[in-house]
Amino acid sequence: MPGRETFETIAGCKTRIMRGGRGAPLLFLHGGGGASVWVPFMEKLAEKFEVIVPEHPGFGGSDSPEWLDNIGDVAYFYLDLIEQLGLKGIHLVGTSLGGWIACEIAVRDDSALASITLVDPVGIRVKGVRKADIFLLSPEESIQHLFHGKALVEGALARVPSEAEMDIAARNRLTMAKLSWEPRLFNPHLYKWMHRIKTPTLVVWGENDRIVPKEYGPAFVDLIPGSKLEMIPECGHVPHVEKPNELAAKIIAFAGASR
Amino acid sequence: MKFFFFHLMPYADLDLDYDKKYNSAWITLPNSYFDPKKGHALYNRYLDELEMADTLGFDGVCVNEHHQNAYGLMPIPGVMAGALARRTTNAKIAVLGRALPLLNNPVTVAEEYAMLDVITGGRLIAGFVRGIGAEYHSWGVNPANSHERFHEAHDIIIKAWTEIGPVPYEGKHYNFEYINCWPRPYQQPHPPIWIPSQGSRETIEWAAHASRRYTYLQTFSPVAALAHFMKLYSEAADRQGWTATPEHKGWSVPTYVAESDGRAYAEAKPHIENFLNKFLKMPIEMLAPPGYQSLASVKAIRAAKESIRKHQTIDELIAKGMFLCGSPASLRAKIAQYQSEIGFGYLLANLQFGTLPHELTRKSATLFAQEVMPHFRDAAAPSAAREPAHAK
Repeated sequence: MPGRETFETIAGCKTRIMRGGRGAPLLFLHGGGGASVWVPFMEKLAEKFEVIVPEHPGFGGSDSPEWLDNIGDVAYFYLDLIEQLGLKGIHLVGTSLGGWIACEIAVRDDSALASITLVDPVGIRVKGVRKADIFLLSPEESIQHLFHGKALVEGALARVPSEAEMDIAARNRLTMAKLSWEPRLFNPHLYKWMHRIKTPTLVVWGENDRIVPKEYGPAFVDLIPGSKLEMIPECGHVPHVEKPNELAAKIIAFAGASR
Repeated sequence: MKFFFFHLMPYADLDLDYDKKYNSAWITLPNSYFDPKKGHALYNRYLDELEMADTLGFDGVCVNEHHQNAYGLMPIPGVMAGALARRTTNAKIAVLGRALPLLNNPVTVAEEYAMLDVITGGRLIAGFVRGIGAEYHSWGVNPANSHERFHEAHDIIIKAWTEIGPVPYEGKHYNFEYINCWPRPYQQPHPPIWIPSQGSRETIEWAAHASRRYTYLQTFSPVAALAHFMKLYSEAADRQGWTATPEHKGWSVPTYVAESDGRAYAEAKPHIENFLNKFLKMPIEMLAPPGYQSLASVKAIRAAKESIRKHQTIDELIAKGMFLCGSPASLRAKIAQYQSEIGFGYLLANLQFGTLPHELTRKSATLFAQEVMPHFRDAAAPSAAREPAHAK
């Protein structure tokens, strides 16, 4: 069953939220590509959780509020969202940009969180380990960088997006630039405070990630006390698309142990 | 009409086979392609050409700003303007940079321009631009903040020129306790301001605002687009309650003159095609980083994507009116026709483009100055033209 589409106004920003399933709340924070569609990964998680998938301010069906300037604004927006929706004991899952936002939320206030899963996150810098320049890749190169599996790459290359999808992609890209162009995909001050994350944290990496190399995994684990790293083999930057069942199984097992 | 020699100062010695390995002459083309000894000769040749323009009677010369590329070797245009300041006597010097959003401190532009204006006794024309999209990759500045930073930087520079300092500035991107520009500009309240653009509706509205009335320059566009954007400018002025005149409108266009149409075509062809297909070539991701343009413009560019990528020829350029190429008589006729239809008061001729060598540049510029410019000397002369300082 697909998620229900709802709209909430949070900090003055009309926000599109998809919700589905029953159980403890699982808040999914999407990456730079947005979360316009309820995908099989979400459906899988909805068997165990109430899955809540907002679109960040400036992405997809959510407004672009005047106050949106940086990643800290997004973190405070989510603290407002958590309060407004009355969420407690949240299993927070963030992929790529969403993983960065999850860290920024947690260093500020992790009292409503039961577990955190970071999936190929950005947000810190490991000197000398270069991320891909996501803003200079052509659409074709982006697809080649995003997925590891050949069939997935070829399928995505063959697909012609609709005008509406391209409009959303252009706006997502704009917000992505606003949040992450410079410094590129990280907050130079975040790492200093990641010891504040007391919530049990799992870091998951697609072993063949070509956007954010897997060397970043151990760096996150070093910064977050008690966190652990699990790799997903034969997988690129977006495990929730490329290996949805494996990722969902890891989240379910980890969240179950962290209740 | 007033005529300017607009130089881009390309790295004309570029190995044109670079594109077998690299997709553009911008951002990521290794600077091992630049030979400093050849660069030395080129810089001095190009400065000679602009100095020649002064003696040929051009009303002004234009220098330009681009970063980390082979298309234009003037990342710091003030260096060229400074060199020209003491070697020219009559020509206005228009700096058609500075890319304001790239700067951490816009007061540096107020200072640099004021220095040039004072040294030349008021021959400076101050250009303000956002830079092209590629600049945001090269400099790392966030394109999503481009418009906001442009507007703030502009306000700071005007404040620095027009208010007695020290004064503070309170912005979102820039904050200053003490703005106190030494030297103050020679021209009061400030040098003329020109706004070059490829035709952003937002830029046109802004330039035509009653409080600004800046000269708008349409750069390298089909003549139909030129007409369209100049009309938009006039309409914006009308809405603001004032009437735009030719002095508010300029056209920047590659130009080549030779003894006959056939000869002009044959001599210009390889060089203008190199300009287009080698020096200007870049993928859309370089040209249009997110936020550089409005989402509506992004959509329009998406539709035009195919035409951007294919090889372009001199014939298409001439047909679209993007390149003035021919005998003096042909050029006189074309310019007269376009001028009467569109009403621009400034023609900024790119008399050197791509790989065009010095001898052809010199010949073309000379023919242009002697056989084309005099024809327009009395027509639609910008009324507010300032006399050169030495004549005062």
